[in-house]
Amino acid sequence: MTDSKYFTTTKKGEIFELKAELNSDKKEKKKEAVKKVIASMTVGKDVSALFPDVVNCMQTDNLELKKLVYLYLMNYAKSQPDMAIMAVNTFVKDCEDPNPLIRALAVRTMGCIRVDKITEYLCEPLRKCLKDEDPYVRKTAAVCVAKLHDINAQLVEDQGFLDTLKDLISDSNPMVVANAVAALSEIAESHPNSNLMDLNPQTMNKLLTALNECTEWGQIFILDCLANYTPRDDRESQSICERVTPRLSHANSAVVLSAVKVLMKFMEMLPKDLDYYGTLLKKLAPPLVTLLSAEPELQYVALRNINLIVQRRPEILKHEMKVFYVKYNDPIYVKLEKLDIMIRLASQANIAQVLAELKEYATEVDVDFVRKAVRAIGRCAIKVEQSAERCVSTLLDLIQTKVNYVVQEAIVVIKDIFRKYPNKYESVIATLCENLDSLDEPEARAAMIWIVGEYAERIDNADELLESFLEGFHDESTQVQLQLLTAIVKLFLKKPTETQELVQQVLSLATQDSDNPDLRDRGYIYWRLLSTDPVAAKEVVLAEKPLISEETDLIEPTLLEELICHIGTLASVYHKPPSAFVEGNHGVQHKGLPGSAGSAESESPDAVSAGAATEAPAAVIPSQGDLLGDLLNLDLTPPATTGPLPHSGGMQMGAMDLLGGGLDSLMGAGFGAPPAAMPPAFSAPVSGSLYDLFDLDNGVGMPLGSFCPPKTVWLPAMKAKGLEISGTFVRHAGVIQMEMTITNKAMSVMTGFAIQFNRNSFGLAPAGPIQVPSPLSPNQNIEVSLPLNTVGPVMKMEPLNNLQVKKTLVVFLFRQVFLATWKDIPNENESQFQIKDCHLNSDAASNKLQSINIFTIAERTVDGQDMLYQSMKLTNGIWALAELKVQAGNPNYTVSLKCRAPEVSQCVFQSYEAVLKN
Amino acid sequence: MIGGLFIYNHKGEVLISRVYRDDIGRNAVDAFRVNVIHARQQVRSPVTNIARTSFFHVKRSNIWLAAVTKQNVNAAMVFEFLYKMCDVMTAYFGKISEENIKNNFVLIYELLDEILDFGYPQNSETGALKTFITQQGIKGQLQTKEEQSQITSQVTGQIGWRREGIKYRRNELFLDVLESVNLLMSPQGQVLSAHVSGRVVMKSYLSGMPECKFGMNDKIVIDKQGKGGASDDAGKSDLGGGSGKQSIAIDDCTFHQCVRLSKFDSERSISFIPPDGEYELMRYRTTKDIILPFRVIPLVREVGRTKLEVKVVIKSNFKPSLLAQKIEVRIPTPLNTSGVQVICMKGKAKYKASENAIVWKIKRMAGMKESQISAEIELLPTNDKKKWARPPISMNFEVPFAPSGLKVRYLKVFESKLNYSDHDVIKWVRYIGRSGIYETRC
Repeated sequence: MTDSKYFTTTKKGEIFELKAELNSDKKEKKKEAVKKVIASMTVGKDVSALFPDVVNCMQTDNLELKKLVYLYLMNYAKSQPDMAIMAVNTFVKDCEDPNPLIRALAVRTMGCIRVDKITEYLCEPLRKCLKDEDPYVRKTAAVCVAKLHDINAQLVEDQGFLDTLKDLISDSNPMVVANAVAALSEIAESHPNSNLMDLNPQTMNKLLTALNECTEWGQIFILDCLANYTPRDDRESQSICERVTPRLSHANSAVVLSAVKVLMKFMEMLPKDLDYYGTLLKKLAPPLVTLLSAEPELQYVALRNINLIVQRRPEILKHEMKVFYVKYNDPIYVKLEKLDIMIRLASQANIAQVLAELKEYATEVDVDFVRKAVRAIGRCAIKVEQSAERCVSTLLDLIQTKVNYVVQEAIVVIKDIFRKYPNKYESVIATLCENLDSLDEPEARAAMIWIVGEYAERIDNADELLESFLEGFHDESTQVQLQLLTAIVKLFLKKPTETQELVQQVLSLATQDSDNPDLRDRGYIYWRLLSTDPVAAKEVVLAEKPLISEETDLIEPTLLEELICHIGTLASVYHKPPSAFVEGNHGVQHKGLPGSAGSAESESPDAVSAGAATEAPAAVIPSQGDLLGDLLNLDLTPPATTGPLPHSGGMQMGAMDLLGGGLDSLMGAGFGAPPAAMPPAFSAPVSGSLYDLFDLDNGVGMPLGSFCPPKTVWLPAMKAKGLEISGTFVRHAGVIQMEMTITNKAMSVMTGFAIQFNRNSFGLAPAGPIQVPSPLSPNQNIEVSLPLNTVGPVMKMEPLNNLQVKKTLVVFLFRQVFLATWKDIPNENESQFQIKDCHLNSDAASNKLQSINIFTIAERTVDGQDMLYQSMKLTNGIWALAELKVQAGNPNYTVSLKCRAPEVSQCVFQSYEAVLKN
Repeated sequence: MIGGLFIYNHKGEVLISRVYRDDIGRNAVDAFRVNVIHARQQVRSPVTNIARTSFFHVKRSNIWLAAVTKQNVNAAMVFEFLYKMCDVMTAYFGKISEENIKNNFVLIYELLDEILDFGYPQNSETGALKTFITQQGIKGQLQTKEEQSQITSQVTGQIGWRREGIKYRRNELFLDVLESVNLLMSPQGQVLSAHVSGRVVMKSYLSGMPECKFGMNDKIVIDKQGKGGASDDAGKSDLGGGSGKQSIAIDDCTFHQCVRLSKFDSERSISFIPPDGEYELMRYRTTKDIILPFRVIPLVREVGRTKLEVKVVIKSNFKPSLLAQKIEVRIPTPLNTSGVQVICMKGKAKYKASENAIVWKIKRMAGMKESQISAEIELLPTNDKKKWARPPISMNFEVPFAPSGLKVRYLKVFESKLNYSDHDVIKWVRYIGRSGIYETRC
């Protein structure tokens, strides 16, 4: 039989012909016609006009024809809801059919017809089918409950289907149990707080029993559901693990991965000294390795998951390096993932083999892969200190190949190696300089310039080299420009005599001839530094940089924990939480590992990795966009903001502002609020840029262990009306302290010191008020030491949050984000409030709100109404967006709030009211 | 869960489109065509996210299968399902090709309706499906009530892979131990990685619902028995035909869903009720004490910029009484090769310009022998800076033994209800070792 002919009817008037055929008396002809209709539907033609004619064919005892008509119905019922009703009778009748296959077919199809009117008629047949004597009908009905819930959740609850579904978990047939579990899990996901999937030891036992008996797919549903359970104690945890481990030998990779998920999660609860814990660890490795002999697509999924598992529990696969060696015929996505895991597993024990492999890969064909291989060599050098020398020599070999992209990539990683091991490998600089001309990628050029600037004193012709880059300054990318500016300033500070002209040239290029605000700001800062106090400039620009470490590319611990709970799923493939790519409520609940989740203290020894981030911050570069870091040239990636900035105030202006804004934040003079409670003060646009430079929060050389970095000048006297502050962070007996020397270099007495910490990545906050004996008379200096704790609000600094930098630009960016977010939040979450009797104009209101950290992102005036679009972020990380309507002359304001968590709306509204009326 | 499933031809035309969830619209069909099938570069990931919609795709010959979803689904499950879908289609109508799919589109829709409900995979065992979905339309009408309930209980039951009432006049079973041996060797002859991935494929033609028990020379089992005395000697009916003393360490194994996993976990015994006909009982992997059937010794010498001299020696490393077959050595040549002269002691060698390789074929070779090929490769002078990547020399062969050393010790059949015993079953065992990725760097 050949059905392909149905695809080839493309004549005109086709619909008419089909209509006639559908109404034919001959059964065969009818069937042929329906097949043609389905074929047209498949290729995307609109055949909805034939709806009544097709539905007429439904009354038949030919099962094949019936199935075809059903298929049509599922596709078009929504566009013809009134007509779809015609089909209801047949469905109801079919649900009574003696043949279980037909009963199941009817209930399965009914659920797919997403028309409200029909769902009402569906309830009775569905109820019967849920209690059907035949398991095939019951398992189909179980899924149908999920379908119905998707259309009309309320109806399902009212009709009590959820309870029936729960009963099916105890069904005698394993497949019914599996489908019931799948349906319940899906329904539960859209009701995060409901107690639907009530997992208690009894149900767990039932599920674990069904696990042994049902199909491979059913096992996956059940295992995924088990993973949501939190065992009461380690014994229960162990007994579940024992019953799940046999699944690791299943031929279906998805069963294996889901079992791994359950084990990884429940393992958290097991004490590490338990024998069983070690046994379990050993049992996990072989199945993971076996996954790599599956088809390439599955290998990819497995590798993405192994990447997570290796970060969480490196011990599982530490001896399995060889299986991750890249095969010549692996698809590129498998190769790239394998490479990632090889780096994660690299250790002193296996580094020699790994390097040999990586060198081999660096000669392959695929450019992306070769680049990643070269980068991997650099990462090995940073990760395994003993191998650094070998890595560097391997990289030099690769540079000798003169393959353009290999050379460039090698230079980028060598820069990182210099950052990790300063003053150790400068001997290679000469080789690098030979390749200067072949560099055409910004990242490589920037890296090379950084190297030249950093080691300017050892490169005889550093000035010539840099000068050669300067010629095409305006054609370079921002990254290179910034780097060049910094490098020349460094050079000047190291060899002031010969390079004065060069530095003046670059400063004028950066400040006067450039449209780029980043570049200009940095130019001005250097200019001012150099012209006012070259010694200070030297201390700032040539300051010692924190070392980089391999942790930089690890997934953040809390995210990692969440992803471990999602092993096997898309989230684990994307390495993103589900909320990042799933719309609506489905699966956006946050999952955490038991035992270690939610507490910063290391309760279990496992949480050390999470704790490490707070204990040893110096090892990790906090994030990109860190402005101070950027200035000191810690980070070669500039914030990706370019574009014109309205010229608001020149150099003089900026300095003045600094005195206002910058000091405010340090001394708390502007705001009288208690120090710890006060959120960051965002001051005027221009001042912000400088203020941020001296911002205390940006991780100025946080110490490691007992190492105490020398004090650096955070705020030089001439910038702050004579107040000079220098300071450092130290640790005494486990307490982080900020030691400061405060000097009054002004003529008059200073009083009223206070300190405020901006929110920062480490949650640093003062543990008590600052004790400064005031008044501080002229030329007096005092030592102050302020104990800090890390319980303050943690805010990961991202380029966007650093919005004080360039407000105009950020506002622009923000407006886009605002609009997108506003649209993204469902309308149900919008709430409106009235604020009565308020007599402020929009500007005043905006200012007032800003004092409590509600920022106005955009303003527009419509019909005499000022609309203010505002955003705020609560300390627990919840964003809220607001639209404030202010009508001139009308004392009543309207606030519309949108927030992902509608519960907070009321509180936000109250604070609005309090502030505006105050 | 899976929101929709589409099948395309290589041009990106839709052959099958089945949508299970409301959040997947028709535009998803086009998005995949534009962004993946018609994309200029090769596939960089088997999962593609386009406008918050995730596409899982696999390609069989020139047919694309794509599963679409907007939720955080179990990714491994989706791929497993797509493979299964391919298996089911192959079992029904043979090769997956555009023509076959068009010819059977009604059948495919029926199957999709049955094995995927609301995006949840249901029973997908071909054996069970074939009882009520056939290429000649659905059975349905003709069945008696008993038959119907038999079908439904099989589809949903514990033993979904086998139906009751199978009868054979001759009870027979065939066991194939198929291994592929993989090797990556450095030019100096150092084994960089080697492993065997093996499969035990069984063809069973047994009556009733037989209970089977399979035994092999698994180190863990043998060691256990060694300690506890020779308790299970009766089982050593010597199907393997080799020296049963040696045992092998199996790194990991996975089983067909008919095998009772919890029993394997606790007792390490493999017991099951087999599906009827051919299926894969288990897969395993070993890395220790692998017999590498061939050793390749390459010697590449660059003579100036326009000439390469290549000499490759292969040595067979197994019992002289055994014969390896279908031996093929593939020696890659640079892209700028202009001419090749080859001399080989045994078999035939040819330079294949289209494949950039010298292919050396030997029909048969006994164990403990050695053979050699030497070639002179003329190169066109180029100013290409990029060095030739020197892909590894790869090898193909087939040997009549298991390179892992695996031996089948017994396969016992019990069927209590019917009157045949283990002794009445005719059993055949065969070992085939093939090359997987067997490469030597040069």
